[in-house]
Amino acid sequence: MTTTPKDLKKEIADICKACGNDRSRLMDIVRDVQEKFGCVSDEAINLIASEVSVHRVEVESVVSFYAFLSKDQKGNFVIRVCDDIIDRQAGSDSIISAFEKELGINCGETTADGKFTLEKTPCIGMCDQAPAIMINDEIVTNLTADKAGQIISTLKESGDPKKLVAEPGDGNNGNPLVNSMVMNNIHQKGEIVFSEYVSGAALKEALSSSPKEVIRNVKAASLRGRGGAGFPTGMKWDFTRAAEGDKKAIICNADEGEPGTFKDRAILTECPDMVFEGMTIAGYAIGADTGILYLRGEYAYLRKFLEEKLAKRRENGLLGKNISPKKRLGGLLKSKSAFDFDIRIQMGAGAYVCGEETALISSCEGSRGDPKTRPPFPAQKGYLGLPTCVNNVETLACVVKIIEKGAAWFAARGSAGSKGTKVLSISGDCEKPGVYELPFGTTVSEVLEKTGAKDTAAVQMGGPSGTLVAANDFGRKICYDDLATGGSIMVFSRDRNLLEVVDYFMEFFIEESCGYCTPCRVGNVLLKDTLEKIINGKGLTTDISNLESLGKTVKLASRCGLGQTSANPILTSLQNFRTLYENLVKTDETGMNPSFDISKALKDSEKIAERKSVVYTTE
Amino acid sequence: MGKPKVATASLAGCFGCHMSLLDIDDKILKLVELVEFNKSPVDDIKKFTERCAVGLIEGGCANEENAHNLQDFRRNCDILISVGDCAIMGGIPAMRNGIPLQECLQKAYLEGPTIYNPTGKAPNGPDIPLLLDKVYPCSEIVKMDYHLPGCPPPAETLWQALVALLTDKPLDLPYELIKYD
Amino acid sequence: MADITFKIDNVDIKGKPGQTIMEAADAAGIYIPRLCTYEGLQPHGSCRVCTVFVNGRAQAACTQPIAEGITVDNSSEEVQQIRKDIIEMLFVEGNHYCMFCEKSGNCELQALAYRLGVLAPKYPYLFPKRDIDASHKDIFIDRNRCVLCGRCVRASQDIDGKNVFEFVDRGPDKRVAVNSEAKLSDTEIDVTDKAVEVCPVGALLKKRVGYAVPIGERLYDNKPIGSEIENKNQSS
Repeated sequence: MTTTPKDLKKEIADICKACGNDRSRLMDIVRDVQEKFGCVSDEAINLIASEVSVHRVEVESVVSFYAFLSKDQKGNFVIRVCDDIIDRQAGSDSIISAFEKELGINCGETTADGKFTLEKTPCIGMCDQAPAIMINDEIVTNLTADKAGQIISTLKESGDPKKLVAEPGDGNNGNPLVNSMVMNNIHQKGEIVFSEYVSGAALKEALSSSPKEVIRNVKAASLRGRGGAGFPTGMKWDFTRAAEGDKKAIICNADEGEPGTFKDRAILTECPDMVFEGMTIAGYAIGADTGILYLRGEYAYLRKFLEEKLAKRRENGLLGKNISPKKRLGGLLKSKSAFDFDIRIQMGAGAYVCGEETALISSCEGSRGDPKTRPPFPAQKGYLGLPTCVNNVETLACVVKIIEKGAAWFAARGSAGSKGTKVLSISGDCEKPGVYELPFGTTVSEVLEKTGAKDTAAVQMGGPSGTLVAANDFGRKICYDDLATGGSIMVFSRDRNLLEVVDYFMEFFIEESCGYCTPCRVGNVLLKDTLEKIINGKGLTTDISNLESLGKTVKLASRCGLGQTSANPILTSLQNFRTLYENLVKTDETGMNPSFDISKALKDSEKIAERKSVVYTTE
Repeated sequence: MGKPKVATASLAGCFGCHMSLLDIDDKILKLVELVEFNKSPVDDIKKFTERCAVGLIEGGCANEENAHNLQDFRRNCDILISVGDCAIMGGIPAMRNGIPLQECLQKAYLEGPTIYNPTGKAPNGPDIPLLLDKVYPCSEIVKMDYHLPGCPPPAETLWQALVALLTDKPLDLPYELIKYD
Repeated sequence: MADITFKIDNVDIKGKPGQTIMEAADAAGIYIPRLCTYEGLQPHGSCRVCTVFVNGRAQAACTQPIAEGITVDNSSEEVQQIRKDIIEMLFVEGNHYCMFCEKSGNCELQALAYRLGVLAPKYPYLFPKRDIDASHKDIFIDRNRCVLCGRCVRASQDIDGKNVFEFVDRGPDKRVAVNSEAKLSDTEIDVTDKAVEVCPVGALLKKRVGYAVPIGERLYDNKPIGSEIENKNQSS
């Protein structure tokens, strides 16, 4: 960090130049500056603005949006303690205290020597090995408070977070380019995603038919989006293909930020080729030449590994100009099918809302992760104005199997309206948290049994934006028509305080709201305040109905999926666990507002005046 | 049974809302026919002598006395009405909200550009009610049944509201009478 | 191209292809309450005050295009409730001291509350700490009053060609920043800029104007906001 201003100027000019001084690559530029200098300072913002020819406030706008970027100087090592509900229940608070003690700072601060910054961060996708932390890009899992000292001294001595990896995790986590202690924890493989796969075979098959036939196949398989919303994939491809434009784009959404979701982590670690092949097939089908893998900042530890996979595919003629898998596979490829398609990785920087497809596109364009106004839909006008198709990681992996095994084979699996399998990430109070690929239609009870969950009081299906399911609904099925999930299943046993869970989820949405629209930006704050009033025993019966009516407004009036689902923790827990609320509220008989706390209101005054209230004889 | 009883109070207010009530011109005579004032600065009755139908509250709660007084009103009135913006949202006194109390006192009594204060201290003593950490809108301390906005609310608003209440009719203020200034 | 026919509150409306619901409603003399929208600026869809139900689904009328045969609910109790809730949220989110604001009487946020009959917000006030910027000789910013509608951002970008304003931070911390390290006076803004004119509230004001119009004669003293659109219908 001894860079003089002159160096800063040159280094920033170099970083910008490496990105072609292209405004749409602003995310990469600011990420690189952050990594190099530990901050994107006012000075750096000015320099970037002049290199890329934008107004400085636009750069500031981007920097201030993402949690992993900051104007303030961060330490050489940024320790981010995962602060999701599962990690909290696994003891993340004690981890934070241990680091605070070890470093002599409070969470949110940087040590005086500029070496360490301690922060909290929402779910980093390691709920199956909680508590977990990030140290720069490195992941440390299954942590206990007593390890904090060792971690700090290793970092001080070696200066390299990689040295914390005593033993790498299973599967490709041991690949030298990953070399991470992260475990895949794939406890059940299925027939579709975690199955045998030969690189290039499905692409070859796809290229031997017309793009329209590929789409017809995907439609016939009734493939629906695996991110949670379940939009028919073939239809999305059709719209994008039909949209006007010479150039088109396909984006793979690997921004899995929904707390409790980590299935894409496992898929990207074990089946990256399959995902890239799915993207390439999608590219062929919709007529795209641009592919982007939007990788959440938390998964930066997989980046080199994924870059190498892409490089290999380019070498093998599976990506790049004139794609034709025949060289390697000696197939019957007709040359007229050859097409140009390449994939780049766009790193995120800590923003849940970027999982929303239009916000994701904004982010790929180097802007704040604000969702865009629809219409136009991405299929008409998406990334840099190009017709764009955004698909989930798992969806694209499914595509490969559909092409390989046929639509009928795929459609024969799963349940009536939900074909195929679903990769689930299961965490919380169960013996075997991890990744399970199960056919659609599996019931909640079956899942609980498989994972060894006992005394389960509730299951959060689909993450905070999903549904809090009570025991009498454990017979319900996991599928689009009943309990939909993008993959997140969090199990809570009887000794958990469910309202604390709900409260955490509201905190999460407040932190992750982009703030664009009123109901989400303000409504969630008001919902959480009311909820906490109730939790603290200061609520009135009317507060329950207030939660319901405000929750409804937030749900209906919010602009994007984040806001439209952000009241779900409250609304679904009110629906399924109403007595938890009713047991805490009082009926309003006196007209006195129980949340007014006179002793708290007088505390400062009594201290300043050095006397006690005589009006209120408080103790 | 007698006439319905009305009580009024000015908490952290400027008495402007009370002035507005007096500004109903000759209707003041009708009002006196219609109701009997109990605890109120209007008649200088300091303590509730009986239960009241309506309590009109001007001002928010800046200090312990305001809060105590408001709670007293809640106990002694069937219906409480926030009269004016201060009662509703704290008003101008609430501009201190968000600024630490010590800093407010410092600025107000020691550092302000026009201040002459040889004691070098903010006023203190048992006769001076302790300030609350912020100025509270009335509804944060007790349940308020109705709100009449304005700074002050127009005299006609107060009149129409009282008449509606006392004659048990719904209050439907015309557009011109809903004002926040 | 042929007209598009649809219904707003059971009234038949004819619109032109490409129009938003709000544009078509305006032309037909039907007022849909709005705050972030401003004629001549790209619709923003952020305040959500113009929420209507289109075939039963909540949509922002300022960005939603019209389509043949749709039914738009612009007046049900449910729609009014959403709008009231949103206006009340905006009041408690900021620090809105109408009693001394120069914009009072001409303020669109206030006027919407008047029109919707809001006597007081039902939510507790959040009393945020926000800053002011009086550095510029002719213009001042009072962020206590800002409703994050983005009108100044868009006007400065699209009309003034200056990008003086942009949103920074996110969620409840989101705010409008200026194109300089700190102060408005270090930007290219000029008092004649469109950006200064478009603020619906008193967050961006010209200095030395004050309370120019007497109470009783201000824009919304006697006639509800939206009357100008509704009157158009009566006169035609």
